[in-house]
Amino acid sequence: MGIESKDLLSMEQLDCGQVSLILQTAKEMEKIIRRDIKKVPTLRGKSVVNLFYEPSTRTRTSFELAGKYMSADVININTTASSVVKGESLKDTGKTLEAMGADIVVIRHGMAGAPKMLGSYLKSRVINAGDGFHAHPTQALLDMMTIKENLDGFQGLKVAIIGDILHSRVARSNLKGLTTMGANVWLCGPPTLIPPGLERLGARVTYNMEEALEGADVVIMLRIQLERQKTGFFPSIREYSQLYELDRRRLALARKNCLILHPGPINRGVEISGEVADSIQSYINEQVTHGVAVRMALLYLMLGQKGE
Amino acid sequence: MKLLLQGGLIIDPKSGLEKKLDLRIEEGKITEIGSNLIEGESEVLDVRGKIVAPGFIDPHVHLREPGGEANETILTGCQAAAAGGFTTIAAMPNTKPCADNEGIIELVKNRGSRAGLVRVLPIGAISKGREGREIAEIGSLYKAGAVAISDDGNPVTSSEVMRRALEYTKLFGIPVISHSEDISLSAGGSMNEGYWSTVLGLKGIPAQAEEIMVARDILLAELTEGKLHLAHVSTSGSIKLLRFAKEKGIHVTAEATPHHLLLTDEEVKSYSTNTKVNPPLRGEEDVHNLRIAVKEGLVECIATDHAPWCQEEKEQEYSKAPSGISGLETAIPVIWDTLVVKENMSWLEVIERFTVGPACVLNLDRGYLAKGHEADITVIDPNLRKEVKAENFYSKGKNTPLDGRSFQGWPVMTIVGGKVVMQDGKLKG
Repeated sequence: MGIESKDLLSMEQLDCGQVSLILQTAKEMEKIIRRDIKKVPTLRGKSVVNLFYEPSTRTRTSFELAGKYMSADVININTTASSVVKGESLKDTGKTLEAMGADIVVIRHGMAGAPKMLGSYLKSRVINAGDGFHAHPTQALLDMMTIKENLDGFQGLKVAIIGDILHSRVARSNLKGLTTMGANVWLCGPPTLIPPGLERLGARVTYNMEEALEGADVVIMLRIQLERQKTGFFPSIREYSQLYELDRRRLALARKNCLILHPGPINRGVEISGEVADSIQSYINEQVTHGVAVRMALLYLMLGQKGE
Repeated sequence: MKLLLQGGLIIDPKSGLEKKLDLRIEEGKITEIGSNLIEGESEVLDVRGKIVAPGFIDPHVHLREPGGEANETILTGCQAAAAGGFTTIAAMPNTKPCADNEGIIELVKNRGSRAGLVRVLPIGAISKGREGREIAEIGSLYKAGAVAISDDGNPVTSSEVMRRALEYTKLFGIPVISHSEDISLSAGGSMNEGYWSTVLGLKGIPAQAEEIMVARDILLAELTEGKLHLAHVSTSGSIKLLRFAKEKGIHVTAEATPHHLLLTDEEVKSYSTNTKVNPPLRGEEDVHNLRIAVKEGLVECIATDHAPWCQEEKEQEYSKAPSGISGLETAIPVIWDTLVVKENMSWLEVIERFTVGPACVLNLDRGYLAKGHEADITVIDPNLRKEVKAENFYSKGKNTPLDGRSFQGWPVMTIVGGKVVMQDGKLKG
C-alpha cells in the first residue's frame, strides 16, 4: 500500500488509514535520522526536484535532506534565478523538469491550485509543499506526527489553532487532517482573519483566545505576516500581540503539559512570547525533525515501493 | 432568392403568436406567415418539429478586435455567434485601443459587416480610456453607431462621473451599462467569497462588491432619470435591489448570463481556470433566485458576456488567469436545458429573454417576426440533445467549463437578413 493518487495535493485526499500509514512509516524513518550514518539506498536512482516559487528554509531543506538520506538525487530550483524570471509559464517549467527525468516535483507556490495544475500537465508525481492559502499537507502531517508521538493518538483531543486563519494553508490542512483522525479543532483569531464556512468544515470557531485555550491539549500558533497589518486586517502589531500572543499567563488556561506547536519561523514577542517558545512544552524543534521524517515517508511511499 | 420555412412552430413573443405556420422570405425580408403556403419557386427548408423564432440578440459580447486578436477577432466572434444561433450581437468597448472614439466604433461596425454573418452593434465607452475620470464624446460615439455605453470590466468608481454619464445619455436615449463592482472590495479576488473560497484558499469576492454598486447605480438612475442597464447580475441581493428599483419606477433593466444561471461556485473546486469569471460563479441560493428573476421577467434578458481567451491565457495559475467564459456557442442549449427542460419555463418566455428583452434594452427595432420586417430568424430544435465540444468552437476561445456536458435544445439554423448563415451547427457560405 502506498499513496494511491499520482499527486499529493491536500489532506482531503488522505483517509484515516493512509494518514496512519504515513505516520507509522515516518516513525521508522525517524530512526534513520537519529543514526550516525544517515543514509539508506532506498531511492537510489530516483530524482526529486524542489521547485519553490516562494521563500522557504525548513520545508525546502527538509525535503532536500529527506531525499538525500534515502539516496535520491535532489536538486533545488530557485525560481528567482531561473527561466521563471524570463517569464516561463508553470506548465513549461514543469514540462522541462519532466523531460529531464524528475520522478517527483515538490512545489511551493504562492497561488492556490498551482500544484494541481502542475500535476495535470506532468506524468511525474507532484507533492504540494504549500500553495497560497490552500493547503500544506506535509506540514499538517508533521504536526500530526508530533501530536501522535507525544499524546498517543488523536481521538477527543482539543487542538487550538490560533492566529491568521484566513491566510493560513497550515490551518486548513491541519483542520482536515486532525478532524479526519477524530480530534476537535478550534480555530481562533480576530474576526478579520477568520474566513467563512469553517464550521461546515468541522471546526469550532472563536475570536476569544482564552476560550480557544481552555483545556486545550495542543496549541498550534500561526505566524502572523507583518504585512497583513498594512492591508487593514488589524491595527498594529502591538494590539495584535495584546490580544493573541501566547504567553505564560494565557498558557495556564490550557491543559497541564499541553503541547505548543508553531510551523515557524516564529515572531518572538508577537504571536508567541520567547519564554513560551523556549519552554519544555514547546515542540517546535521536534516538529522540524518530524518534518524530515514525514517527507522521507512520503517520498518512500510515492517512489520507493512501486516496481522495486 | 426566396426561402420557405415549412412546418415549423412559429413563436413570436412580441405578438404572442405561437402556431404551426410556414414563413416565406424574399429579398431578405419576411413576406408571408401563414398556413400551407405554396412552394412556388421558393427553396423549401423543412423545419418540422423545430421552433422558428425571431433572431436572437446578445447584448454583451467581447470580440477582442482591435488589440486582442489572439483571443478572438470580429470575424471569429461573428462565426461563433452565427453558430450559436444569434443574429445580432453588441460588442463591448474594452478593446485596445478602447472604443472611446468614433474611429473604433466605425472599425467594429465595418469589420462586422465585412464578416457578413451577423449584425454587430458596437458599444462605446463611458469614459475616456475607460479610466472613469472624464466622460467620452458620447455624442460622437452615438452618431457613429454606438447603441449603448459602458466601461465594461472597469466599474466607474466615481459616482459623479456615473451620474453625468446617466444624465448626458438622455440626450441620445441610449442606456448606460453598468459593470457593477466595488473594486476596493473585490481587489485580488478570484472567486465568490464563501465556503468554497475558504476550502480552496482563493481570495473571495463578496456578493456585496456587486450589490453596493448596483444600489449606487440604481440611486443615480433615480436621480438622473437616465437609462441604466445592469450587466451580468449574479446575486440574490442584486435581484432584491432590482425589484425595489422597478417597483419604484426607476428605469433600470438587467441581464443574466447562462453560466450564472447554471453553475455554482462549487465548480471552482477543480481549479480549472475556465470557471474563473467576473462576477464570479455564486452560491446555490443566488443561482436559484436568479432563475426565478429570469422566469418572472424581472431580469429581462440573457446575455452571454462571451469572453474568449486563448489557451495560453487560461493556462495560468487560477488567481493569475484572466476572467471570462466563451459563451456564444453554448448559451441557447444551456438556457434551454436549465430553464425549459428543468424549470418548466415556457418556450415563448425563454425566447422573449433572447429577443424582445435585449431589443428593448438597446432600443432596437428587432427581436420580432412580422411581414415586411428583416428576416433575422433563429431555428431551434427543442429535442436535440448534444454534448458541448469546445475543440469544435468557431470562437478562438475554447474556454468553457461545460466541455463534454450534454444539453437539450440547440439552435439548428441561423438566418440573417434572409441569408442562411448556419445550418445544423455548421456555418454556410
